[in-house]
Amino acid sequence: MNSLFEYLLRLGDDSLIIGHRLSEWCGHGPILEEDIAMTNLSLDFIGQATSIYKYAGEVEDKGRSADDLAFLRFDREYKNLILLEQPNGDFGMTMMKQFLFDSYRKPLFERLIHSSDDMIAAIAAKSLKETKYHLKHSSEWIIRLGDGTEESRNRVQDSLDTLWRYTSELFFEDSVDEELKSSGIVPSMDGIKKDWSSYVGEILNRATLTIPINNWEQEGGRKGMHSEHLGYILTELQYMQRAYPGMEW
Amino acid sequence: MVAEKDVWNYLEEVFDPEVPVLTVLDLGIVQKVKVVGSSIHVVITPTYTGCPAMQRIEEDIIEKLNEKGDFEVSVDLVLSPAWTTDWISEEGKRKLKEYGIAPPEDEADKSVLFAEQTVVPCPNCDEKDTKMISHFGSTACKAHYQCNSCLEPFDYFKCLR
Repeated sequence: MNSLFEYLLRLGDDSLIIGHRLSEWCGHGPILEEDIAMTNLSLDFIGQATSIYKYAGEVEDKGRSADDLAFLRFDREYKNLILLEQPNGDFGMTMMKQFLFDSYRKPLFERLIHSSDDMIAAIAAKSLKETKYHLKHSSEWIIRLGDGTEESRNRVQDSLDTLWRYTSELFFEDSVDEELKSSGIVPSMDGIKKDWSSYVGEILNRATLTIPINNWEQEGGRKGMHSEHLGYILTELQYMQRAYPGMEW
Repeated sequence: MVAEKDVWNYLEEVFDPEVPVLTVLDLGIVQKVKVVGSSIHVVITPTYTGCPAMQRIEEDIIEKLNEKGDFEVSVDLVLSPAWTTDWISEEGKRKLKEYGIAPPEDEADKSVLFAEQTVVPCPNCDEKDTKMISHFGSTACKAHYQCNSCLEPFDYFKCLR
């Protein structure tokens, strides 16, 4: 197995799947500004996925393009976090998912900009700037909704309770990471987890939300073992390429 | 053989499809121009990774240079060094304001929530009393503001560093 290719799929699939979920909000946002915001975020993520897949295709060296990797793989070949494929739910659920992920992406990219792999460093530097805006946006919503009305607080607390079980996977590491860490390509998850925990704790505290007691940690996405939701996403995402193979705009 | 200096001049005639008062040079996205014989190689960097205008800009550069002579033109997109709004020229900032888009202002660290609010003067009446409506505006690079004085809503070209 090519560890660098595998790592790039994990990174790229995270961007693609959350980008796709955000795109589902197009035309359904609670207010016009948020409709625009979520589609803007979606665009950033799909843009990141494009850069990452393009590089992954070069690393794999089997002639696969960014589009091939996005549209022509089966569910078990996707390596995104299970958290990201969860349904959007209400706006609070979407923002909670976004907040938990953005809080992880920022410290991750802050470290990947020092990667010994120049291309990863370049993608991280570019993406970090966007991620800071994303995190600010989702953090502010979590505070506003949590420390808002009884209704909004209950809803985001429910969202937190539902999604928390998927957060341990953010820091998943296996032989892929070990190999890349030894050559300075990727950072250790220890520091990222520390940063994530302290930031998430601080914001949830300001939002008057309670971190649930975790008695089940659901992982598997990094190994291609997904929840039932990914299949539905891919059905929609891949429809055009499956129905009309090789189709171009 | 065309001089590199001339190619830079030709690029003054290629405009951003989203903000058509800005040239690609005003935006600061052209990294390098290289001329070898009759082939011209232009390197550009995207503003935002998902910016849908990039492909159009690539095509516009090729079209413009082909108008100017019989060249083989290639355009490459590089991510590093990452584009920042600091690369927008002074002239570009002036044009933005004239067009009704507030140019990027120095912004404090994004990690500070709520407390920090960047002062963005209204491009129409220059009043500093404005409010942010949304971080995200009509395109990836803009935020949505409104002037509390003249009440005009306007786009703000967000600071990206």
